[in-house]
Amino acid sequence: MSAESPLGGGQQGPPAELLLRDVHVLDPRSGLDRRLDVLVREGTVAELAEPGTAAASGADTETIAGDGRLRLLPAFFDPHVHLRTPGQEHKEDLDSGTRAAAAGGYCGVIAMPNTDPVLDSAPLLRSLRDAAAREARIPVGFLAAVTRGLQGEQLTEMAELRQEGALGFSDDGEPVESAGVLRKALQYQRLCGGVLALHEEDRSLSRDGVMHEGALSAALGLDGIPTVAESTMVARDAELAGYEEARVHFQHLSCAASAQAVASAKARGWRVSAEVSPHHLLLTDESVRGMNTAMKMHPPLTSEEDRTALVEALRDGTIDCVATDHAPHAREEKEVPFEQAPMGTTGLETSFAALYSGLVLPGLLELGVLVERMSAGAPLFGLEAPTIAPGRPADMVLVDLDEHWTAGEHGWQSRSENCCFAGRRLQGRVQLTLAAGQLVHRDRALAPAGA
Amino acid sequence: MNHLLSIEELDRAGIERIIGQAQRFAEVSEREIKKVPALRGRMVLNLFYEASTRTRSSFELAAKRLSADVVNFAASGSSVEKGESLKDTVLTLSAHKPDAIVLRTPWAGASELVSRWCSAAIVNAGDGKHEHPTQALLDVYTLQRRLGGIDGSSIWIVGDVAHSRVARSNVLAFQRMGAKVTLAGPPTLIPRGIEELGCEVRYELDELHSADVVYALRMQNERMRETWVPSLREYAAWYQLNGRRLLPSQVLMHPGPVNRGVELSGEVVDSPQAVITAQVEAGVVVRMAVLYELLAAARPPGPETASPPLRAGRERVGEGQLA
Repeated sequence: MSAESPLGGGQQGPPAELLLRDVHVLDPRSGLDRRLDVLVREGTVAELAEPGTAAASGADTETIAGDGRLRLLPAFFDPHVHLRTPGQEHKEDLDSGTRAAAAGGYCGVIAMPNTDPVLDSAPLLRSLRDAAAREARIPVGFLAAVTRGLQGEQLTEMAELRQEGALGFSDDGEPVESAGVLRKALQYQRLCGGVLALHEEDRSLSRDGVMHEGALSAALGLDGIPTVAESTMVARDAELAGYEEARVHFQHLSCAASAQAVASAKARGWRVSAEVSPHHLLLTDESVRGMNTAMKMHPPLTSEEDRTALVEALRDGTIDCVATDHAPHAREEKEVPFEQAPMGTTGLETSFAALYSGLVLPGLLELGVLVERMSAGAPLFGLEAPTIAPGRPADMVLVDLDEHWTAGEHGWQSRSENCCFAGRRLQGRVQLTLAAGQLVHRDRALAPAGA
Repeated sequence: MNHLLSIEELDRAGIERIIGQAQRFAEVSEREIKKVPALRGRMVLNLFYEASTRTRSSFELAAKRLSADVVNFAASGSSVEKGESLKDTVLTLSAHKPDAIVLRTPWAGASELVSRWCSAAIVNAGDGKHEHPTQALLDVYTLQRRLGGIDGSSIWIVGDVAHSRVARSNVLAFQRMGAKVTLAGPPTLIPRGIEELGCEVRYELDELHSADVVYALRMQNERMRETWVPSLREYAAWYQLNGRRLLPSQVLMHPGPVNRGVELSGEVVDSPQAVITAQVEAGVVVRMAVLYELLAAARPPGPETASPPLRAGRERVGEGQLA
């Protein structure tokens, strides 16, 4: 991330001095797709050279052998995570959450404001950003609440929050139910800027629902959430955004109808963007059959038709980026009957491998497209997209696409273990992550080479 | 069979085995001394997180007729009200080493969860809106006695299907036993997609006369936190089973407790076509059969029986001990 970035944190260690020898660089933004030596000096990409030709700049420079096989990708960026700080540090904190992100290959994340207390005031944002500077392993940006206490009634002091560094606003976890309140926020955006990120849900339709409404919810006797609870709100708010010429971002889309609503909004030139989570791209409500509470999330896992429509929408760019909606919960909170369990799954540590295994390997999505979508969240929020180019800070991830592993087999960096992919056999593993010029994660199996 | 968690996991042979056992126990209950020593020294724990009179007392009576010790644990007035989790409650009560836990909760899937937390045999006595397998078994038993069998018969289940665990278990059980099931009720109370269980869905009762058996569901006021029907009056006008709608030849069932004047009119409750009290009677013998099946019936030979039993509670008891 650039020096003027409104992201905080990730400033704990010395800048990386690294020679990545003969790695296969794949950067969809620069168009690079070939074997190169990549020299990182003082945390900055210093040189891209033909394999075997770059020289380590000094004795402090560690050399890592890629053997032409390991892939070097621009690091990922997640515009939607829950770091649970302040107030719910038993689930996650700034350190454990960003360690999980680093292990997943991320160079930046945006934390949601549904904390306790809610992040809805400038002093709280200031103290959180200070804490992130001390504790976070990678840069963290923050969204502030749209409405005070996520109550959906009174706008937060959006302009002051922006001055204090809020990247945008979201009531995530709750919809902004009143169209009138949302409209005022959209109007106020002309003064203060900042993306409005929207959790779309009509509560009068989703009510007490705990899973996708369909044949399985009927059979299990669980209250269903119809997909129209989301899609009608996406359509409503896209139209509001178009009317106010405002900039909105739709969070964690879960169904075909929502993707269609975004596509038609984009076709009309409205300034909307959207994200989708790995679990909605890879799993369906069928995963809920055993009532495993790791499969309970908001929005719920939907039908196979919805899933394939989301994959297609991500591929064709209707949906701009992947966001994990990393939502940690303590074990005892999830070890309860399905209806009682809180919504959410962790996702930072498994996202790339799960999507590579589930979409790229079967030929449903090109690797280059996946890599682009996994970092496209940064420019949506006004940040520079990670790219591998001389003079740029090192925001990159080294992956071994051949390595097989089982999610969770070595435990988790996250404080919580409620991962919907836990126990799954995955292919593709992060070996090394550089964020803002620092080495923030190294797989324990990655031996130093040539040192 | 280690647990009875759902009808879903029972095949026709499994249902018939329990029904057959219940028939043998029915003979016992005709005797002057209604008790058999089959489960002497075993402990059955009734763990109820929801109000229940008939199901709990029916299980209690069943366990006592089998000479088991019974402990009743109701969530109200207990540590549950102090915030103890289901898991901690189960682990704590497991310290008493119950051989079976009869569990009723307002949460779907809770019985299955509990079965993973302790070694006792778990009997699902109702888990949220999911299943109520012993109710379905006693209903099959009741119909078997009344009609001789339900293969090929047409059964209509009428009313609030959405909130009914009885409906879900009975659709499965009746279908496994060869009946054709139709669900009928107001569209707001028929969950979307339920027809994929293999049943038909109707919103009107004009073809009710084609049914051999009509099963009325309770209009569950306690679960009606929102208005699902415009009024009980309108519900009764369209869906109440009364002398006008029912043919005298049709068998009328209800899981109880009945709301007279809502889902059933008084005259049909008291008519000979109603088997509602027979259902209650069947409850005891069917639950005896379930407890017997879980705790005492001979298990098929296999590695489990080749080695010494892990716990005293799972020792094999021969059929001969029953007589």
